[in-house]
Amino acid sequence: MYGYMGKILRVNLTNRTYSTEDFDFEFGKKYLGARGVGVKIMMDEVPAKTDPFSPENKIIVASGGLTGAPIPTSGRYMVITKSPLTGTIAISNSGGHWGPSFKATGHDLIIFEGKADSPVYLYIEDDKVEIRDANHLWGKTVLETTEAINEELEGFKVMAIGPAGEKLSLISAIMNDVDRAAGRGGVGAVMGSKNLKAIVVKGSNKIPIFDSEKTKEVSKSKVSTLRNDPVAGSGLPSYGSAVLVNIINESGVFPVKNFQEAYTDEADTISGESLTEHHLVKKSACYRCPIACGRVVKLDDGTVVGGPEYETIWAFGADCGLYDLETINKANMICNDYGLDTISAGATIAAAMELYQRGFIKDEDIAADGLSLNWGDAEAVLGWTKKMATREGFGDKLADGSFRLATSYGAPELSMSVKKQELPAYDPRAIQGHGLSYAVNNRGGCHIKGYMISPEILGYPEKLDRFSLEGKAAYTKIFLDLTAVIDSIGLCVFTTFGLGLPDYVDMYNAVVGDVHTNESLLEAGERIWNLEKLFNIREGFSSSDDKLPKRLVEDPIPNGPSKGHVHKLSELLPEYYSVRGWDKEGVPTLETLNRLGLEEYSKYIDKESDSEGALSF
Amino acid sequence: MIKIEVRLFATFRENRERKYFFELPKETNILDILNKLNIDREDASLILLNGVDGDVDRKLKDGDVLSLFPPVGGG
Repeated sequence: MYGYMGKILRVNLTNRTYSTEDFDFEFGKKYLGARGVGVKIMMDEVPAKTDPFSPENKIIVASGGLTGAPIPTSGRYMVITKSPLTGTIAISNSGGHWGPSFKATGHDLIIFEGKADSPVYLYIEDDKVEIRDANHLWGKTVLETTEAINEELEGFKVMAIGPAGEKLSLISAIMNDVDRAAGRGGVGAVMGSKNLKAIVVKGSNKIPIFDSEKTKEVSKSKVSTLRNDPVAGSGLPSYGSAVLVNIINESGVFPVKNFQEAYTDEADTISGESLTEHHLVKKSACYRCPIACGRVVKLDDGTVVGGPEYETIWAFGADCGLYDLETINKANMICNDYGLDTISAGATIAAAMELYQRGFIKDEDIAADGLSLNWGDAEAVLGWTKKMATREGFGDKLADGSFRLATSYGAPELSMSVKKQELPAYDPRAIQGHGLSYAVNNRGGCHIKGYMISPEILGYPEKLDRFSLEGKAAYTKIFLDLTAVIDSIGLCVFTTFGLGLPDYVDMYNAVVGDVHTNESLLEAGERIWNLEKLFNIREGFSSSDDKLPKRLVEDPIPNGPSKGHVHKLSELLPEYYSVRGWDKEGVPTLETLNRLGLEEYSKYIDKESDSEGALSF
Repeated sequence: MIKIEVRLFATFRENRERKYFFELPKETNILDILNKLNIDREDASLILLNGVDGDVDRKLKDGDVLSLFPPVGGG
């Protein structure tokens, strides 16, 4: 077996015991690793309707077949669990250096079961595994936790939750290497619910490589392609992901004040260009990454911290009506330290501001906190972010995200979310494929698992008309499936600006063995997507959950270059289900399950709708 | 004559202004503007005319806003 380490670590937190199992290579080929393997285990081991915070929920931390291999961007790992925010499958991905260090311990993945009766952290140094007391770490921020571990132990990489995860915030993240985040789906709270504070790793195992010469050659060629690519080799390294601020705003799809507007004259004050000019100290790169989109920035008081991504700048910036990079950098730092998802945190404050603007939240509701909910109030944005993380005062309501907040005021339509997870930084009313991607996403509101911005705005791999519906369903399907491949083999999705499907086949086959063709690798992605869908169906999700907030399908964009457009989801959704080989209710047909080798899960699909076939609209 | 606004982003700002306001003859097209600013056609990865993709031979009209980007991406 190559690429994989061949070993699964199973940790029972209730009994404070662990065991190891063989990782089946055939299983690896079929589900690739990381995300695919994690979803498969969740499906097989966690019963339907399990409470995400119960000991019966499991949390899987998994590397892919290429994680840690001498292949560009191989620093990724995945967290897979049932999301407490959405109730769907949670599939959160992170970079940095933790993933490769974990794999070097000789394990492909960890399955956490049960719940510890007091705080613990997991220590792994090659075969040495210990479930250690973490009472002294509980309550500490991610930075403090990392520093405390570094004082106790030498050369370990730290993944940890902050106070937000401990307090079971439904929008809490899992952090690694201080400022990298497996951000979405409230995965931090699942760790918190299990009293699992951190996982610290150090390893000396080498990843077995199928063909070392070929791997060197393939790696060199892909690094060169990425370095010479104008986006991956120049645009992203120069400005980071924040370069999107001006592009998305100039296109009139930059959500302002909780998606009430889609363009602002002030965008350039919070752009990637401004961040580079006024705040950037240096770039940072994840493990074996030639792109180096990471930012390191300096605050006014001289503190040097990890800088914000595009989505973060938008969430705390335009979405909150705030145009001040210093405040956004600080909000980003608070989220990293306390372990909050920056997209959901900023977007939840934005939703609260609109609830206040429209009179749902009253002055007396927030008077005791001494903070306003006025658009653009920097002190309020920072204050609420911290109170959200610690569940202090009104922050307790914010800690569970915008959907539950808005619903508690009788106005769920003011939560700009899909399946209760906050939407990211693109107004889909004038980007039809991207809006479809939002609506059908297996993990709720998400931009990255099917990044249709790439063809519809940026022109990669080809330029599509963003207002048109033609061909968008099929295109979106391919993006969703290809991203499932990239997440599962353990690489970064930003490679797609320079690389395509045959490149991923080259890299996988060089490291793992001549296993996949273009067709079979993409089909593995499709299999993973369908398995996630089946997980959600088993949890009770249906086509009625594949929807966008009312505002985005009914109210035309009121300003800017994309004025007048709405999202046409009802026209796109049937076509999407059809190209997927799903019935009109969005349930995979038996034929589709058979084609993908998922027939063992046929009991979860509705037999009646099967007989109608996939094309019966 | 027509009045137009040109906005430059990312590396296009190196040795150039962020914004230009031009008063130009009626038949001016996007390529003329690229030439005027010494920007290679191949380098202008994203050309937005009033927020929507514009072909280089498109003629400009009074009040148009032209936004020019080199190859950039993110997410």
